Amino acid sequence: MDIHEHQAKDLLRDFGVPVPNGAVAFTRGQAIEVAQELGGERWAVKAQIHAGARGKAGGIKLCDSTEEVGVAADALLGSNLVTLQTGPAGKKVSRVLIEQAQPSGAEFYIGIILDRALERICVIGSAAGGTEVESNTQGVIMETVDPAVGIMSFQANRLGFRLGLEPPVVRQVARAITGAYRAFRDLDATLVEINPLMVTAEAKALALDAKMSFDNNALFRHPQINKLTDVTQGDPREAQAAQHGLSYIGLDGNIGCIVNGAGLAMATMDLIKNAGGEPANFLDIGGGASPERVANAFRLIVSDTQVRAILVNIFAGINRCDWVASGIVQAVKEVGLAVPLVVRLAGTNLAEGLRILRESGLPIKSCEDLSEAAEEAVKTLS
Amino acid sequence: MSILIDETTKVLIQGFTGDKGTFHAQEAMRYGTKVVGGITPGKGGMEHLGLPVFNTVREAIRATGATASMIFVPAPFCADAVMEAAEAGLRLSVVITEGIPVGDMVRAKRYLASFPAAERLCMIGPNCAGVISVGKAMLGIMTGDIYTRGSIGIVARSGTLGYEAAAQLARHGLGVTTSAGIGGDPIIGSSFVEILKQFEQDDETEAVMMIGEIGGPQEAEAARWVKENSRKPVVGFIAGVTAPPGRRMGHAGAIISDDADTAAAKAQILRNCGITVADSPAELGSTMANVLANR
Repeated sequence: MDIHEHQAKDLLRDFGVPVPNGAVAFTRGQAIEVAQELGGERWAVKAQIHAGARGKAGGIKLCDSTEEVGVAADALLGSNLVTLQTGPAGKKVSRVLIEQAQPSGAEFYIGIILDRALERICVIGSAAGGTEVESNTQGVIMETVDPAVGIMSFQANRLGFRLGLEPPVVRQVARAITGAYRAFRDLDATLVEINPLMVTAEAKALALDAKMSFDNNALFRHPQINKLTDVTQGDPREAQAAQHGLSYIGLDGNIGCIVNGAGLAMATMDLIKNAGGEPANFLDIGGGASPERVANAFRLIVSDTQVRAILVNIFAGINRCDWVASGIVQAVKEVGLAVPLVVRLAGTNLAEGLRILRESGLPIKSCEDLSEAAEEAVKTLS
Repeated sequence: MSILIDETTKVLIQGFTGDKGTFHAQEAMRYGTKVVGGITPGKGGMEHLGLPVFNTVREAIRATGATASMIFVPAPFCADAVMEAAEAGLRLSVVITEGIPVGDMVRAKRYLASFPAAERLCMIGPNCAGVISVGKAMLGIMTGDIYTRGSIGIVARSGTLGYEAAAQLARHGLGVTTSAGIGGDPIIGSSFVEILKQFEQDDETEAVMMIGEIGGPQEAEAARWVKENSRKPVVGFIAGVTAPPGRRMGHAGAIISDDADTAAAKAQILRNCGITVADSPAELGSTMANVLANR
């Protein structure tokens, strides 16, 4: 789960990471009020979306008066921001962060991630902070944290020294790193990114930008994080699927897929591609799926206007072919079938599942073989 | 032979009295698995499915002599159940539970690693279909009748692709020694390498089918191990050629975070290490049959 920059900064501030003074605004009026309260002569108005590379896309504006802050907020709020990371569809801006603008300084990158090979949390630092760090992996410094003891001061200090910082600054940066690590660990984050961490002329460290993502599986113990969800930033189809216990990801093709198991669902997409088609989605109905869950999956797929054929691929272990077949028949009778439907069933209660499909009298093409099913689905488009 | 489990393995069910624990314990017993009891803290002294229920793994081991467990404990408490199994001295735990926080797994694996290798719990999963030694025992949620006994070992992240492999092998007259689902999470107990090592030592296993997917370094690590150590043919498949980068494809661990995580990159590493890679998930069985025919 992703959150906004202003939320990440609020969380990090509580863990002792220095961040600029600022507050979020949802309207032009609020933006001006925030700027007035903050005081100073210069403000940054930053579009809040769940994607980076905002600066180059015009999502961050520097303003020299509160009137300018109002104008900038007005321009950003309600707009659709397309950055290198949003994809061509962009993301809708419904809030802006107003901060006191900071004098320039040296910029560093600090990231905290889970290293899957080491199976540990790692802190990454780079002196090449700023907007190009993703493409510049040279000079990256890493400290691995032993989960039994947590990050040790010498590790945070060493990272600072290896970034080439002077001793008083090292202390500041080490404090920011330690706070960011604790936020990661205590809040079950999957990513904390401070980019840039700025070191000012007065030897102060400041997190100019911050990004945090969280482990969905741990949200049950962090209700305060769960509340930070912004559904406007995600695919509405995915939110709808999640409500029905379905794992769904929208793609750009036109063959809708309904599959059980994440591995088989990916493999089914690959088969469609092999057969010359393009999958419209990834969809895993999960284990032990009831006819109702299958019917919900079916409704979701047919509601997608780009879908021109549907491929159902089930290898039932703890699932049951008869339940899947019942779910399909139930949904088709209810919402109709405007596109060709190819079904491949295998495993538990296969014969009963096939009988239900056959006796439904619906125009369902049933296939036994995996590649035959994918080819049939692709063929219906031509 | 087979790996990990056989008909003599004495098995406990952790999370015994819940719906899932109950259902799959019954299925495992029907398949011939020697289930000797279960653990549900607070329900010790009860009887369930005609077997004793214990409060702790230690008590259960003392009373039954069990060496393995299958775990259905709900995700928030599951890592603790794994650590309890390790501390009590079980040799194998198959963790079916889905949705364990990754931070819990980091700590649990750190704890497991604190035991000397010879006394360390072998953990399979979490978020996996489990293990079946065909015709002998099943510690998993698969249906046993998909599998016919034979000489091929299967190791797969995905449960359903493991079924697919077994069914396709059967169509080519090939059976299975043991099939191990290792799970789709970012951090798992036993990786491909650990299972491949066991298949290498197993006399009955003639060849191995290894089914991976996008995300994480384990397939590449396994391929390098095969190149340097394996005398048996290995057939591979990597799911997710069409998966977009940066998205979690159902499994928490199935996410492309860098170039090496893609299906194409992994398939290439497998090929470079001498593994025959099936081009399509419909060709798992035929690829293995060809490899064995041309040996």
